[in-house]
Amino acid sequence: MANTVFQKPHALCDVPLHYCPGCTHGIIHRLVAEAIDALGIEGRTVGVASVGCSVFTYNYFECDMVQAAHGRAPAVATGLKRAEPNNIIFTYQGDGDLAAIGTAETVHSAARGENITIIFVNNAIYGMTGGQMAPTTLPGQVTQTTPYGRDPQYAGLPVKICEMLSQVDGATYLERVAVDSVAHINQAKRAIEKAFRNQVEGKGFSLVEVLSTCPTNWGKEPAAAMEWLRENMIPYYPLGVYKDKYADEKGGSK
Amino acid sequence: MAKISFREDRCKGCGLCTTVCPKKIVQLSRDRINSKGYHPAECIDESACIGCFSCGTICPDCVITIEREAAK
Ligand SMILES: Cc1ncc(C[n+]2csc(CCOP(=O)(O)OP(=O)(O)O)c2C)c(N)n1
Ligand code: SF4
Repeated sequence: MANTVFQKPHALCDVPLHYCPGCTHGIIHRLVAEAIDALGIEGRTVGVASVGCSVFTYNYFECDMVQAAHGRAPAVATGLKRAEPNNIIFTYQGDGDLAAIGTAETVHSAARGENITIIFVNNAIYGMTGGQMAPTTLPGQVTQTTPYGRDPQYAGLPVKICEMLSQVDGATYLERVAVDSVAHINQAKRAIEKAFRNQVEGKGFSLVEVLSTCPTNWGKEPAAAMEWLRENMIPYYPLGVYKDKYADEKGGSK
Repeated sequence: MAKISFREDRCKGCGLCTTVCPKKIVQLSRDRINSKGYHPAECIDESACIGCFSCGTICPDCVITIEREAAK
Protein backbone atom coordinates (compact mmCIF):
# COMPACT_ATOMS: atom_id res chain seq x y z
CA MET A 1 0.00 0.00 0.00
CA ALA A 2 1.29 3.40 -0.95
CA ASN A 3 0.66 6.39 1.29
CA THR A 4 0.45 9.87 -0.12
CA VAL A 5 2.97 11.86 1.92
CA PHE A 6 2.77 15.13 0.01
CA GLN A 7 0.00 16.68 -2.08
CA LYS A 8 -2.03 19.85 -2.54
CA PRO A 9 -3.86 20.67 0.71
CA HIS A 10 -7.66 20.53 0.64
CA ALA A 11 -8.15 24.19 1.60
CA LEU A 12 -6.29 25.31 -1.54
CA CYS A 13 -8.59 25.36 -4.58
CA ASP A 14 -7.72 23.04 -7.44
CA VAL A 15 -7.11 25.84 -9.94
CA PRO A 16 -3.99 27.22 -11.63
CA LEU A 17 -2.48 30.18 -9.73
CA HIS A 18 -1.93 33.30 -11.84
CA TYR A 19 1.42 34.16 -10.22
CA CYS A 20 4.62 34.48 -12.25
CA PRO A 21 6.87 31.40 -12.51
CA GLY A 22 8.80 30.91 -9.26
CA CYS A 23 6.81 33.54 -7.32
CA THR A 24 6.72 32.51 -3.67
CA HIS A 25 3.11 33.64 -3.16
CA GLY A 26 2.20 30.09 -4.26
CA ILE A 27 4.33 28.49 -1.53
CA ILE A 28 2.82 30.77 1.12
CA HIS A 29 -0.71 30.04 -0.11
CA ARG A 30 -0.01 26.34 0.33
CA LEU A 31 1.30 26.87 3.88
CA VAL A 32 -1.84 28.81 4.82
CA ALA A 33 -4.04 26.06 3.36
CA GLU A 34 -2.01 23.40 5.19
CA ALA A 35 -2.60 25.24 8.48
CA ILE A 36 -6.35 25.42 7.77
CA ASP A 37 -6.36 21.67 7.02
CA ALA A 38 -4.27 20.80 10.08
CA LEU A 39 -6.62 22.66 12.42
CA GLY A 40 -9.79 21.42 10.66
CA ILE A 41 -11.22 24.95 10.42
CA GLU A 42 -12.01 25.29 6.72
CA GLY A 43 -15.77 25.52 7.24
CA ARG A 44 -15.52 28.41 9.68
CA THR A 45 -12.58 30.32 8.24
CA VAL A 46 -13.02 33.61 6.37
CA GLY A 47 -10.03 35.15 4.60
CA VAL A 48 -9.57 38.79 3.70
CA ALA A 49 -7.83 39.42 0.38
CA SER A 50 -5.79 42.59 0.08
CA VAL A 51 -4.71 44.66 -2.91
CA GLY A 52 -1.57 43.53 -4.71
CA CYS A 53 -0.65 40.47 -6.73
CA SER A 54 -2.36 38.35 -4.08
CA VAL A 55 -5.73 40.03 -4.56
CA PHE A 56 -6.91 36.84 -6.28
CA THR A 57 -6.52 34.85 -3.08
CA TYR A 58 -10.30 35.05 -3.05
CA ASN A 59 -10.23 32.53 -5.91
CA TYR A 60 -7.60 30.31 -4.32
CA PHE A 61 -8.87 29.29 -0.88
CA GLU A 62 -11.82 26.95 -0.38
CA CYS A 63 -13.07 28.99 2.61
CA ASP A 64 -15.16 32.15 2.29
CA MET A 65 -13.20 35.23 1.27
CA VAL A 66 -13.82 38.99 1.41
CA GLN A 67 -11.96 41.60 -0.63
CA ALA A 68 -10.81 44.68 1.26
CA ALA A 69 -9.81 48.08 -0.07
CA HIS A 70 -6.05 48.68 -0.26
CA GLY A 71 -4.48 48.41 3.21
CA ARG A 72 -7.78 47.98 5.04
CA ALA A 73 -7.76 44.21 5.47
CA PRO A 74 -7.15 44.31 9.26
CA ALA A 75 -10.11 46.70 9.67
CA VAL A 76 -12.36 44.40 7.64
CA ALA A 77 -11.02 41.42 9.61
CA THR A 78 -11.84 43.25 12.85
CA GLY A 79 -15.45 43.67 11.76
CA LEU A 80 -15.77 40.06 10.64
CA LYS A 81 -14.28 38.72 13.87
CA ARG A 82 -16.42 40.90 16.13
CA ALA A 83 -19.59 40.01 14.22
CA GLU A 84 -18.80 36.28 14.15
CA PRO A 85 -16.36 35.54 16.99
CA ASN A 86 -16.45 31.79 16.33
CA ASN A 87 -15.15 32.23 12.81
CA ILE A 88 -11.43 32.16 12.14
CA ILE A 89 -10.42 35.32 10.30
CA PHE A 90 -7.15 35.84 8.46
CA THR A 91 -5.74 38.50 6.17
CA TYR A 92 -3.15 37.94 3.45
CA GLN A 93 -1.30 41.17 2.66
CA GLY A 94 1.75 42.35 0.76
CA ASP A 95 4.22 44.92 2.05
CA GLY A 96 2.80 47.69 -0.13
CA ASP A 97 -0.60 46.92 1.33
CA LEU A 98 0.29 46.31 4.98
CA ALA A 99 3.34 48.51 5.53
CA ALA A 100 2.48 51.55 3.39
CA ILE A 101 -1.14 52.50 2.77
CA GLY A 102 -2.36 50.16 5.54
CA THR A 103 0.09 51.04 8.32
CA ALA A 104 -2.56 52.59 10.55
CA GLU A 105 -4.85 49.54 10.30
CA THR A 106 -1.89 47.26 11.02
CA VAL A 107 -0.76 49.12 14.12
CA HIS A 108 -4.21 49.75 15.57
CA SER A 109 -5.54 46.22 15.04
CA ALA A 110 -2.45 45.06 16.96
CA ALA A 111 -2.93 47.72 19.64
CA ARG A 112 -6.54 46.63 20.11
CA GLY A 113 -5.35 43.05 20.37
CA GLU A 114 -7.86 41.84 17.80
CA ASN A 115 -8.03 38.05 17.80
CA ILE A 116 -7.09 37.74 14.11
CA THR A 117 -4.28 36.20 12.05
CA ILE A 118 -2.25 38.26 9.60
CA ILE A 119 -0.04 36.74 6.92
CA PHE A 120 2.32 39.50 5.82
CA VAL A 121 4.21 38.80 2.60
CA ASN A 122 7.33 40.97 2.42
CA ASN A 123 8.86 40.86 -1.06
CA ALA A 124 10.50 44.30 -0.74
CA ILE A 125 8.65 45.73 -3.74
CA TYR A 126 5.24 46.59 -5.21
CA GLY A 127 4.67 43.57 -7.45
CA MET A 128 1.27 44.10 -8.99
CA THR A 129 1.83 47.66 -10.16
CA GLY A 130 5.11 46.88 -11.89
CA GLY A 131 7.92 47.01 -9.36
CA GLN A 132 7.94 50.38 -7.59
CA MET A 133 9.78 50.97 -4.29
CA ALA A 134 7.97 49.71 -1.20
CA PRO A 135 8.54 50.84 2.41
CA THR A 136 10.43 47.55 2.79
CA THR A 137 12.73 48.05 -0.23
CA LEU A 138 16.34 47.66 0.93
CA PRO A 139 18.84 50.55 0.83
CA GLY A 140 20.53 50.41 -2.56
CA GLN A 141 17.88 48.13 -4.06
CA VAL A 142 17.01 48.95 -7.67
CA THR A 143 13.29 49.30 -8.44
CA GLN A 144 11.31 51.13 -11.12
CA THR A 145 11.17 54.24 -8.93
CA THR A 146 14.71 53.90 -7.54
CA PRO A 147 16.63 53.15 -10.76
CA TYR A 148 19.95 54.00 -9.09
CA GLY A 149 19.12 52.05 -5.94
CA ARG A 150 17.11 53.24 -2.93
CA ASP A 151 18.88 56.27 -1.52
CA PRO A 152 18.09 56.52 2.23
CA GLN A 153 18.96 60.25 2.17
CA TYR A 154 16.12 60.82 -0.24
CA ALA A 155 13.74 57.88 0.28
CA GLY A 156 14.31 57.09 3.94
CA LEU A 157 14.98 53.71 5.49
CA PRO A 158 12.92 50.51 5.39
CA VAL A 159 10.11 49.81 7.84
CA LYS A 160 10.68 46.74 10.03
CA ILE A 161 7.18 45.58 10.89
CA CYS A 162 7.96 42.82 13.41
CA GLU A 163 10.38 45.02 15.35
CA MET A 164 7.89 47.89 15.32
CA LEU A 165 4.89 45.81 16.42
CA SER A 166 6.91 44.10 19.15
CA GLN A 167 6.59 47.43 21.02
CA VAL A 168 2.80 47.31 20.79
CA ASP A 169 1.39 45.86 24.01
CA GLY A 170 -1.74 44.49 22.34
CA ALA A 171 0.11 42.09 20.02
CA THR A 172 0.31 38.43 21.02
CA TYR A 173 2.57 36.69 18.53
CA LEU A 174 5.00 38.05 15.94
CA GLU A 175 7.43 35.94 13.94
CA ARG A 176 9.50 36.58 10.84
CA VAL A 177 10.20 33.63 8.58
CA ALA A 178 11.43 33.10 5.00
CA VAL A 179 10.67 30.73 2.12
CA ASP A 180 14.07 30.59 0.41
CA SER A 181 14.92 27.01 1.42
CA VAL A 182 13.16 23.81 2.44
CA ALA A 183 14.26 24.25 6.07
CA HIS A 184 12.98 27.83 6.17
CA ILE A 185 9.70 26.83 4.50
CA ASN A 186 9.19 24.17 7.18
CA GLN A 187 9.77 26.80 9.88
CA ALA A 188 7.34 29.14 8.08
CA LYS A 189 4.77 26.34 8.10
CA ARG A 190 5.09 25.96 11.88
CA ALA A 191 4.80 29.71 12.42
CA ILE A 192 1.72 30.08 10.22
CA GLU A 193 0.00 27.15 11.89
CA LYS A 194 0.77 28.67 15.29
CA ALA A 195 -0.65 32.02 14.21
CA PHE A 196 -3.93 30.27 13.33
CA ARG A 197 -3.91 28.07 16.46
CA ASN A 198 -3.49 31.18 18.62
CA GLN A 199 -6.74 32.52 17.20
CA VAL A 200 -8.56 29.21 17.70
CA GLU A 201 -7.42 29.34 21.33
CA GLY A 202 -8.52 32.97 21.69
CA LYS A 203 -5.01 34.25 22.35
CA GLY A 204 -5.20 37.40 20.24
CA PHE A 205 -3.34 39.24 17.50
CA SER A 206 -0.86 37.09 15.56
CA LEU A 207 1.23 38.22 12.60
CA VAL A 208 3.72 36.20 10.57
CA GLU A 209 6.02 38.16 8.28
CA VAL A 210 7.20 35.99 5.39
CA LEU A 211 10.29 37.14 3.48
CA SER A 212 9.56 36.25 -0.10
CA THR A 213 10.61 36.92 -3.67
CA CYS A 214 9.27 38.75 -6.71
CA PRO A 215 11.48 37.29 -9.45
CA THR A 216 9.76 39.27 -12.20
CA ASN A 217 10.18 42.74 -10.71
CA TRP A 218 13.54 41.97 -9.15
CA GLY A 219 14.68 41.00 -12.67
CA LYS A 220 16.04 37.67 -11.48
CA GLU A 221 15.58 33.98 -12.25
CA PRO A 222 13.53 32.27 -9.52
CA ALA A 223 16.53 30.43 -8.02
CA ALA A 224 18.69 33.59 -8.14
CA ALA A 225 15.88 35.51 -6.45
CA MET A 226 15.91 32.97 -3.60
CA GLU A 227 19.66 33.56 -3.24
CA TRP A 228 19.18 37.33 -3.26
CA LEU A 229 16.58 37.00 -0.50
CA ARG A 230 19.00 34.87 1.56
CA GLU A 231 21.99 37.14 1.08
CA ASN A 232 20.31 40.55 1.29
CA MET A 233 16.92 40.42 2.98
CA ILE A 234 17.65 38.02 5.85
CA PRO A 235 20.61 40.06 7.17
CA TYR A 236 18.46 43.23 7.12
CA TYR A 237 15.30 41.52 8.39
CA PRO A 238 16.52 38.89 10.90
CA LEU A 239 14.35 35.80 11.21
CA GLY A 240 12.87 34.74 14.52
CA VAL A 241 10.14 35.25 17.09
CA TYR A 242 9.74 38.94 17.95
CA LYS A 243 6.98 38.46 20.46
CA ASP A 244 5.23 35.47 21.99
CA LYS A 245 3.15 36.71 24.89
CA TYR A 246 2.22 33.26 26.18
CA ALA A 247 5.74 31.79 25.91
CA ASP A 248 7.10 34.94 27.60
CA GLU A 249 4.59 34.61 30.43
CA LYS A 250 5.66 31.02 30.96
CA GLY A 251 9.24 32.29 31.12
CA GLY A 252 10.00 30.82 27.70
CA SER A 253 12.69 32.18 25.44
CA LYS A 254 12.12 34.91 22.85
CA MET B 1 10.28 3.13 -2.42
CA ALA B 2 8.72 6.44 -3.28
CA LYS B 3 6.60 7.41 -6.22
CA ILE B 4 6.73 10.98 -7.52
CA SER B 5 4.17 12.37 -9.94
CA PHE B 6 3.90 15.74 -11.65
CA ARG B 7 0.79 17.59 -12.63
CA GLU B 8 2.55 18.73 -15.71
CA ASP B 9 -0.04 21.18 -17.07
CA ARG B 10 0.37 23.25 -13.86
CA CYS B 11 4.19 23.49 -14.08
CA LYS B 12 5.62 26.92 -14.97
CA GLY B 13 9.17 25.67 -15.41
CA CYS B 14 10.50 27.89 -12.61
CA GLY B 15 13.06 25.21 -11.75
CA LEU B 16 13.01 25.72 -7.97
CA CYS B 17 12.39 21.98 -7.43
CA THR B 18 15.59 21.18 -9.33
CA THR B 19 17.65 23.23 -6.85
CA VAL B 20 16.57 21.36 -3.71
CA CYS B 21 16.48 17.66 -4.66
CA PRO B 22 19.20 15.95 -2.58
CA LYS B 23 19.47 13.20 -5.20
CA LYS B 24 19.63 15.67 -8.12
CA ILE B 25 17.06 13.65 -10.06
CA VAL B 26 14.52 16.44 -10.72
CA GLN B 27 15.22 18.40 -13.89
CA LEU B 28 13.39 20.53 -16.38
CA SER B 29 12.64 18.54 -19.51
CA ARG B 30 14.89 19.55 -22.38
CA ASP B 31 12.79 18.21 -25.22
CA ARG B 32 9.17 18.61 -24.09
CA ILE B 33 6.92 21.62 -23.48
CA ASN B 34 3.58 21.63 -21.66
CA SER B 35 0.32 23.27 -22.64
CA LYS B 36 1.48 26.56 -21.05
CA GLY B 37 4.62 26.50 -23.20
CA TYR B 38 7.06 25.78 -20.37
CA HIS B 39 9.63 23.00 -20.10
CA PRO B 40 8.05 21.00 -17.27
CA ALA B 41 9.89 19.44 -14.34
CA GLU B 42 10.41 15.68 -14.48
CA CYS B 43 12.18 12.96 -12.53
CA ILE B 44 15.03 11.34 -14.42
CA ASP B 45 15.50 8.35 -12.08
CA GLU B 46 12.45 7.40 -10.09
CA SER B 47 14.20 4.45 -8.46
CA ALA B 48 16.53 6.92 -6.70
CA CYS B 49 13.71 9.00 -5.16
CA ILE B 50 13.73 8.84 -1.35
CA GLY B 51 10.35 10.54 -0.96
CA CYS B 52 11.69 13.48 1.08
CA PHE B 53 9.29 15.84 -0.78
CA SER B 54 11.79 18.72 -0.80
CA CYS B 55 10.76 19.38 -4.41
CA GLY B 56 7.07 19.51 -3.46
CA THR B 57 7.81 21.77 -0.49
CA ILE B 58 9.40 24.49 -2.61
CA CYS B 59 7.04 24.16 -5.62
CA PRO B 60 4.82 27.28 -5.73
CA ASP B 61 2.20 25.57 -7.91
CA CYS B 62 1.43 22.26 -6.15
CA VAL B 63 2.64 20.36 -9.20
CA ILE B 64 4.18 17.47 -7.25
CA THR B 65 2.59 14.57 -5.37
CA ILE B 66 4.69 12.03 -3.48
CA GLU B 67 3.65 8.58 -2.36
CA ARG B 68 5.65 6.21 -0.19
CA GLU B 69 5.24 2.51 0.44
CA ALA B 70 3.67 2.07 3.86
CA ALA B 71 5.94 0.44 6.45
CA LYS B 72 5.17 -3.25 6.87
C1 LIG C 1 -6.11 53.20 -2.92
C2 LIG C 1 -5.15 52.56 -3.88
N1 LIG C 1 -3.93 53.11 -4.06
C3 LIG C 1 -3.05 52.54 -4.89
C4 LIG C 1 -3.37 51.40 -5.58
C5 LIG C 1 -2.37 50.78 -6.54
N2 LIG C 1 -1.75 49.55 -6.06
C6 LIG C 1 -2.23 48.35 -6.41
S1 LIG C 1 -1.32 47.08 -5.78
C7 LIG C 1 -0.26 48.17 -5.00
C8 LIG C 1 0.92 47.68 -4.19
C9 LIG C 1 1.04 46.20 -4.09
O1 LIG C 1 2.21 45.82 -3.47
P1 LIG C 1 2.30 44.72 -2.34
O2 LIG C 1 1.26 44.95 -1.30
O3 LIG C 1 3.71 44.69 -1.88
O4 LIG C 1 1.88 43.34 -3.04
P2 LIG C 1 2.60 42.50 -4.18
O5 LIG C 1 1.91 42.89 -5.45
O6 LIG C 1 4.07 42.82 -4.17
O7 LIG C 1 2.34 41.07 -3.83
C10 LIG C 1 -0.62 49.50 -5.26
C11 LIG C 1 0.10 50.66 -4.75
C12 LIG C 1 -4.66 50.86 -5.36
N3 LIG C 1 -5.05 49.71 -5.98
N4 LIG C 1 -5.53 51.45 -4.52
S1 SF4 D 1 4.83 40.43 -10.05
FE1 SF4 D 1 6.11 39.60 -8.40
S2 SF4 D 1 4.74 39.30 -6.61
FE2 SF4 D 1 3.47 39.54 -8.46
S3 SF4 D 1 3.05 37.43 -9.19
FE3 SF4 D 1 4.87 38.20 -10.33
S4 SF4 D 1 6.63 37.51 -9.12
FE4 SF4 D 1 4.80 37.35 -7.80
